Amino acid sequence: MTAQLPPGLQLEKVDERIMTLNVGPQHPGSGHMRLIVQVDGDYIVACDPDPGYVHRGEEKMAEYRNYITNIPHLERPVIHDSCNILYPYCLAVEEILGLEVPERAKYVRVIASELNRCVYTMYWLAIYGIFLGHSTMFMWPAGDRELLIDLLEKITGARVTHAYFVPGGIRNDLPANFEDVCLRQVNYFEKRIKEYADIFYDNPILISRTENTGILSRQDAIRLGTTGSVLRASGVDFDIRKKEPYDVYENLDFQTNVLQSGDSYARSKIPWLDMLESCRIIRDALKKMPKSGAVRVKLKPNPKGGDVEVYRRVESGRGALGMHVISKSKPEPYRVKISVGSFRNLICMPYLLRGEKLGNMPAVYWSLNYWPVEADR
Amino acid sequence: MSSSDTTETNTKKKRTRKPRTTKSKTKKPEETTPAPAEITTPETSTLVPSEPEPAPAPVEEIVPETEEKVETEDVAPQVELPKFEKSLADKVTQKFGSKAEVAYIKQNRIRINVKKEDIKDVASYIRDELNFDHAESVSGVDYPDENKIEAVYHLGSYTDPELSKQILALATSAPREENPNPGRDSTRLPSLRDVFYSVEFHERECFEMLGVYFDDHPDNRRLLLPEDWADIPPLRKDFDIKGR
Repeated sequence: MTAQLPPGLQLEKVDERIMTLNVGPQHPGSGHMRLIVQVDGDYIVACDPDPGYVHRGEEKMAEYRNYITNIPHLERPVIHDSCNILYPYCLAVEEILGLEVPERAKYVRVIASELNRCVYTMYWLAIYGIFLGHSTMFMWPAGDRELLIDLLEKITGARVTHAYFVPGGIRNDLPANFEDVCLRQVNYFEKRIKEYADIFYDNPILISRTENTGILSRQDAIRLGTTGSVLRASGVDFDIRKKEPYDVYENLDFQTNVLQSGDSYARSKIPWLDMLESCRIIRDALKKMPKSGAVRVKLKPNPKGGDVEVYRRVESGRGALGMHVISKSKPEPYRVKISVGSFRNLICMPYLLRGEKLGNMPAVYWSLNYWPVEADR
Repeated sequence: MSSSDTTETNTKKKRTRKPRTTKSKTKKPEETTPAPAEITTPETSTLVPSEPEPAPAPVEEIVPETEEKVETEDVAPQVELPKFEKSLADKVTQKFGSKAEVAYIKQNRIRINVKKEDIKDVASYIRDELNFDHAESVSGVDYPDENKIEAVYHLGSYTDPELSKQILALATSAPREENPNPGRDSTRLPSLRDVFYSVEFHERECFEMLGVYFDDHPDNRRLLLPEDWADIPPLRKDFDIKGR
């Protein structure tokens, strides 16, 4: 029978002892994706992630639009982190078109992308909290996130879908008196998220649920090509902002956070530590930023580059985010390949869940900092 | 009825087209003279969009030429080539000679093209001797004009601090078939999953999106597309988005 099936399709065998559970795709515990979990009693024996429920063909769509009209739809895979998903695209297109970004725009980009990283991480933290049964941890980040959303709304005019970065700079300059407001909000935000330690990260119930679950060793993290918080929780110090600094990150004062244990607790703590670093970066960038100047270079209508291909990457809220853009002397890109952290971290899900109790599944799954919509593109 | 409709649409088209011509200052005197002719004969309206059409045609002719240009550009500023990247590429070319063709060397980026028979050897060498340890992405690119489908592996390194900035693109190509039958036609490549474990899901995506079947891949199933997808692989250039 199996020989007659076309490649890509498979028949399922039913075992009497092993039970197959479909977690998702509509179930809120899995996000917009399906986990096909096989359980033996209470223990997971196999897990097969099945993404694609929200696949929208962003890469195909990008081939039909020019470099500018690609901007609003390319941020759709992760609207909470829209600045960071547009960042590598803009860097790549700037390299193709040979654009030089003004200094002030580089700093504003860094501020916007760090704000956006915090907005995304707060959203993720809220979900992580509620799926571990910690309702306060849903309310607090969802509320404190508004502080930064207000800031981003002041800059870009939109609460979540900013479409703020353009090849050659940013869409518009900062509003008047933004620096003071930003500094005040970020300082208060930092004070607030430090309080999360008391209620969440030092909470013995959370620690007992997440410590020593889903351990990813250093070797496996490298071998599986994981990225972002998953990689750094397993003791690999790799952050694109430090390793391959783009725009003005090399001028800014910050450090990367690395934990050694590689369990769900470490994976959930790294994004929170990153948010504290983001506050440092924003304050530093506000201090070092040129107070005036151009923020955007003028583009010709329908700009086109030569026959080049470019791969640029940035550190997003979920790890390295790379864009492979191929230009064929046309206003539209020939091919845009989006390599996202969520998709790359997906591969360790079967390895981490095997042998875990079913009840630990949300703790492991959400600790991967996984965003299904981004993985599907 | 139909004739009156067409004239209406023609005048509408003309109205929308007029401000466009006024925007471009150089064409203004040329465009104003054929404008009255449009009202009398509806055929002239088709003449106007035909004007920009010849413009893309020479661009397509340039495409094969620019491939050579890219190579000459690489050769010409050889003095400016980044040293470290050049030394990495030289190691590969010394080992494999003409089997490995260096497509470009840029700041932090190298691309090496190999034939599909050699890709496993080259990839093993890159992993063992050059210390690249994971794949960042695998892009499948369809080239219908050259009758091939390319798979570009973007490799990076976590363990070697010297290589942390580097991305090595290892590219190979499979023959392309006009009527694809994924998994059963000649569009096949050897899988690199044994060399770089991290390509597993990337290659699955490449299989469903472009129909490249990866031999020796343990899990050649669909990933993102629905199970009942019955059309050709969607990232091929001959698959058109509906309604465009």
